[in-house]
Amino acid sequence: MNSDRFYYDVIVAGFGGQGVLAIGNLLAYAAMKEGRQVTFLPTYGVEMRGGTANCTVVISSKEIGSPIVQRPHAAISMNLPSLLKYGPRVLPKGLLMVNSSLIDLKEVSRNDVELLAIPVNDIAIQNGNPKLANMIALGAFAEKTKWIGMPSLFESLEKVFDERHHGLIPSNIKAIEIGAKFVQSL
Amino acid sequence: MGAIDAGCLLFFGYPITPQNEIPEYLSKHLPPLGGTFIQAESEIASINLLLGASATGARAMSSSSSPGISLMQEGISYMAGSELPVVIVNISRSGPGLGGISASQGDYFQATRGGGHGDYRMIVLAPSTIQEMYDLTCLAFDLSDKYRNPAMILGDALIGQMKEPLIRQKPEKMDLPPKDWALTGARGRKPNRIKSLYLQEGELTEHNWKLYQKYERMKKEEVRFETVNVEDARFIIVAFGSMARVSKSAMELAREEGMKVGLFRPITLFPYPEKGLYDISKQVKQFLTVELNTGQMVEDVKLSVDRDAQVYFYGKPPGALPPPEEILEEIRKYYK
Repeated sequence: MNSDRFYYDVIVAGFGGQGVLAIGNLLAYAAMKEGRQVTFLPTYGVEMRGGTANCTVVISSKEIGSPIVQRPHAAISMNLPSLLKYGPRVLPKGLLMVNSSLIDLKEVSRNDVELLAIPVNDIAIQNGNPKLANMIALGAFAEKTKWIGMPSLFESLEKVFDERHHGLIPSNIKAIEIGAKFVQSL
Repeated sequence: MGAIDAGCLLFFGYPITPQNEIPEYLSKHLPPLGGTFIQAESEIASINLLLGASATGARAMSSSSSPGISLMQEGISYMAGSELPVVIVNISRSGPGLGGISASQGDYFQATRGGGHGDYRMIVLAPSTIQEMYDLTCLAFDLSDKYRNPAMILGDALIGQMKEPLIRQKPEKMDLPPKDWALTGARGRKPNRIKSLYLQEGELTEHNWKLYQKYERMKKEEVRFETVNVEDARFIIVAFGSMARVSKSAMELAREEGMKVGLFRPITLFPYPEKGLYDISKQVKQFLTVELNTGQMVEDVKLSVDRDAQVYFYGKPPGALPPPEEILEEIRKYYK
């Protein structure tokens, strides 16, 4: 963002395996590339593999104190349990992004936040690779919030992904762009 | 990374969550540098490999997490007794026993009071950022060499798992005494002996006094702490490591409400910044100690501050991590 002083935070949550940590990692790395202060705090260990996974990313113009956030400015809910857990915690007027492929919007109980419903799994399947649903979500979130620029996000892919996965970078970039375009079309 | 930049090319350890990122990184990066990474059969083997490596004068380290560190205590006591410089990282998890893998500061007593048997102390450094994780690791190697004493980095799962930008800049190395005590082969000189067994009459007394003098010198020369907003403060939060970060945010929230709150963050847990706290307590009379345990460092705070100062405590056993708002609530409760 353009203002000199800013502070944003987001909780990204879903099933283990949905790639929520990758979303958080990429947001954090891109923000760092843009010279921001940033913290990335994942859950780990027992919560992997099919359980719930979440991470908290804080982006700020000044040194960050707590990496733990009670009331975030934004939440990305990739599945219903995440919406039920983190939806109520989003700050009033904050952004609640939900994966409407897996979440019935009737489950959203907040009317004091901005709701961004993106059917990320459906979009990913339509574009040929269901595994890229998280990148669709990331593209949509980045486009909506403008916390970070697309170029830094693309550059971050090769830093965040292990070298053996670098062949997948072009398809990930494409998925991020599709997510962004979806938001533009709303 | 800090270890490599401090010239440490030897690592011995055994896997345990939540510190596996350290051996994972070193197992990849040490061998190409000509170093050695050994995953031993246990923590007990690791710590004794470390003892042996250190005795040769090489910089060496191990890392583990709470239950693993408990297994290492015998070796640490032997190294303190034998005056061997090593660095041990404890990315602590929750206990007692196997406990869990969530963040905890429950190892404060173990780290600062010795942990193993005998009347010894370790240098204990408590990073609260990723940058400090790097900087203090470099410092730990220098301090352990300077004093011929084990040094510990005491982090927790929160610091151990989070990511944050880091500027990798090697700190200036201290002027350190030569390691003329090391076991390097005795050809052409008198043999060196590394031991912790002293059976001659008076010998052990003398040895213990020598160790004591060393700890006293650390207290004079190595105390490190950070203060934020103490100049006009009427109320001070005392916290270390991960909880100091959360407390810093709580302090800012309290300031927004007009409460004059400051933060005192010990960086060295041994030697503890007693005098720094005492000096502040001559002006400020209200202290809130915040820890991710049910009350350990608070004892050192009470021992340090002026007699008429009030020391409150807010702590949590392992489980949910307290957000800044929870600490703010405590400040509101006591702030006068």
